Amino acid sequence: MIDFSQDYFSLFGLPPRYRFDPAALDAAYHALQRAVHPDRYASAGETERRMALQSSARVNEAYQALKDPVGRAQYMLSLRGIDALAETNTALPMEFLQRELERREAMDAVQSGVDRSGLAALLDTVRRDAATLEATLADRLEAQEWNAARDAVRELRFLTKVADDLEVAIAADEG
Amino acid sequence: MALLQIAEPDAAPAARPPRLAVGIDLGTTNSLVATVRHGIPVVLPDAEGRPLLPSIVHFGAHGVGVGYPAQDALVADPQNTIVSVKRLMGRGLADLSDARRFPYRFIDAPGMVKIETRAGVRTPVEVSAEILRSLRVRAEASLGGALAGAVVTVPAYFDDAQRQATKDAAGQAGLNVLRLLNEPTAAAIAYGLDNASEGIYAVYDLGGGTFDLSLLKLSRGVFEVLATAGDTALGGDDFDHRIYCWALETAGLGPVSPSDTRLLLLKAREAKENLTAHASTPLVATLSTGERLDLTLTAATFTTITATLVSKTLQPVRKALRDAKLAVEAIDGVVMVGGATRMPQIQKAVAQFFGMPPLTNLDPDQVVALGAAIQANVLAGNRAEDEDWLLLDVIPLSLGLETMGGLTEKIVPRNATIPITKAQEFTTFKDGQTAMAMHVVQGERERVSDCRSLARFELRGIPPMVAGAARIRVTFQIDADGLLAVSAREQTTGIEAAITVKPSYGLADTDIARMLEDSQAHAAADMAVRALTETQVEAQRILGATRSALDADGDLLDAPQKAEIDAAVSTVRERLAGTDRHALQAAVAALNRVTADFAARRMDRGVAGALTGRRVDLLARD
Repeated sequence: MIDFSQDYFSLFGLPPRYRFDPAALDAAYHALQRAVHPDRYASAGETERRMALQSSARVNEAYQALKDPVGRAQYMLSLRGIDALAETNTALPMEFLQRELERREAMDAVQSGVDRSGLAALLDTVRRDAATLEATLADRLEAQEWNAARDAVRELRFLTKVADDLEVAIAADEG
Repeated sequence: MALLQIAEPDAAPAARPPRLAVGIDLGTTNSLVATVRHGIPVVLPDAEGRPLLPSIVHFGAHGVGVGYPAQDALVADPQNTIVSVKRLMGRGLADLSDARRFPYRFIDAPGMVKIETRAGVRTPVEVSAEILRSLRVRAEASLGGALAGAVVTVPAYFDDAQRQATKDAAGQAGLNVLRLLNEPTAAAIAYGLDNASEGIYAVYDLGGGTFDLSLLKLSRGVFEVLATAGDTALGGDDFDHRIYCWALETAGLGPVSPSDTRLLLLKAREAKENLTAHASTPLVATLSTGERLDLTLTAATFTTITATLVSKTLQPVRKALRDAKLAVEAIDGVVMVGGATRMPQIQKAVAQFFGMPPLTNLDPDQVVALGAAIQANVLAGNRAEDEDWLLLDVIPLSLGLETMGGLTEKIVPRNATIPITKAQEFTTFKDGQTAMAMHVVQGERERVSDCRSLARFELRGIPPMVAGAARIRVTFQIDADGLLAVSAREQTTGIEAAITVKPSYGLADTDIARMLEDSQAHAAADMAVRALTETQVEAQRILGATRSALDADGDLLDAPQKAEIDAAVSTVRERLAGTDRHALQAAVAALNRVTADFAARRMDRGVAGALTGRRVDLLARD
């Protein structure tokens, strides 16, 4: 069974770096699941089946945390005792809050208007901003600037939420 | 099928016979049972050679009929002849937007409707169990022995209540469920292994009453579901219903009797099937009132009256692509599953959407059962030497908890790969609060009232603290069947509460007691025999597993450990020869106990092996 005290990077035999080869993560993930997935133990005894379930669930949790760029950053910060999304930790740069407010207003304007074709364009802008911010986040993590990275994670979470809302709105339009 | 079984006479001197395992496609309209014979998946036909079992149960004056006999009673006795019961699984009356389309006498009950029949009140679970029992009997007669287990398929978009209801039905039918498998995933296994495919595939699965769309990545023997979407109340039935409505309107008829409704729906289905190969079809019927319908339905009219249904299937396609963050151009192939995909307008719409003709080289009626049989064979422990594929599936709908103000807090997002465990901390909102109500919901909407309620439970005995001081950790665990268990623990005191989201459809205790009585009456004579057989099958299974574990990794044990396991094995063997079920159960439990540490070390070795291979690979990369 897998070692539950290991961090996610060690679990997959990867260096604890933000920038890595996603193909290496996929390959390690598949190799580990081949070893622990419940389907491999379906005809085993009860104890083995339970251990397989727990191990496989852990491997999935770890994979999902590392696969997602924001999740990976959040996880790296948590290894250093920083909870990027802690409720007490509400200070965000003023300029970001300003931009966020503008985005929400733009979204409301488009949504309440008759012509909703602007939603897709807005989504594109948000995605572009997120991509830029992700690059910044990567640089900060590589430079071990943890507090700056934490701010970037918080901003990115906001952007993800806006993008999700836009997607829901666009989907509603589609039918 | 390219599934070769390589027999190595030296490695397996006493080759044991394969364990009997089947895959079951429990469909809205038809059900099938399949198995793997000599490495090849085959559907098991009935005594008359018919592969399909109509999913119809008739509660007649002289007993219960399933399949074709039940179909014959459909028009004469519509209220006691249950069709499309799959649409009722895990559903309350309020969930059924189309309840009035069924001619049944429904009884509303918390969580799941019941049906009043001649034989008494029946739940959809009990009706489904009749169908499954019929398939089990067919399989056991055909294979000549008790089944070690079955893989039962469910629509990928089934929620927790619908899955649990299906698993319960299988249990009532005397089946050992090895796994609940998503239908499109089953089809992908059958299709992917048959064609040695690689790449990203869309499985478009339009059944009798459900629609699923799954996107899978097939690479080096791994079937990875990227996203799934669907509609559990959209299928071939709805196309029949459109024809039925068109026929009534065209003939200028008002509402007709349940019996005539059944007759016309059967005629509508025939017409639909005719239009697969013809440009027009007659629709002729004489109603019980003496009125006569003599209509002609053209393919063009059929396409027009069903256009909204066809486009309704494309919404989940778009949603799944969005969830997987894929453009339609990224899809390497589209697999068609379900009899309803034979309709030309469906084929055309799918080809147009994906910009390529869909793949139809496996029988769309059989492909799900065949895939389920392949997985059942592997799960039962009959994996061939060179058979090394792995399946990674997902949950279709987000799971969460109700928080203040009737809002949903998502704990596990949709399309998360299973099995998975996720935990989140909550706190009290009032000073001195000593209990916390947990309301588990499934769905994507923000308001709890728009999601499906799965279960409610309470964590009590929290010591009085100021608001926000208690730390309640709620853990969601989803197993490989996609079934949820929830537990809650107050971190500072260790107070715990847990629930397997089992009574989600609100079975009252009296129901359970009655169901047990019924099932006992059903098999009064062989009940005890069956229980013993089941224990023997389990004992054989653990003996087999222990033997192969010792063969592969016996070197992990020192002499005393090995002796302890050997002794426990001998006890199980001795008691297998007898008929004392409880003694055998105790011996199996003892063997499980003494092999626990060995099992953990074996898994360690597997994990270490997986990573060693990886490290070499990684070095080569750098």
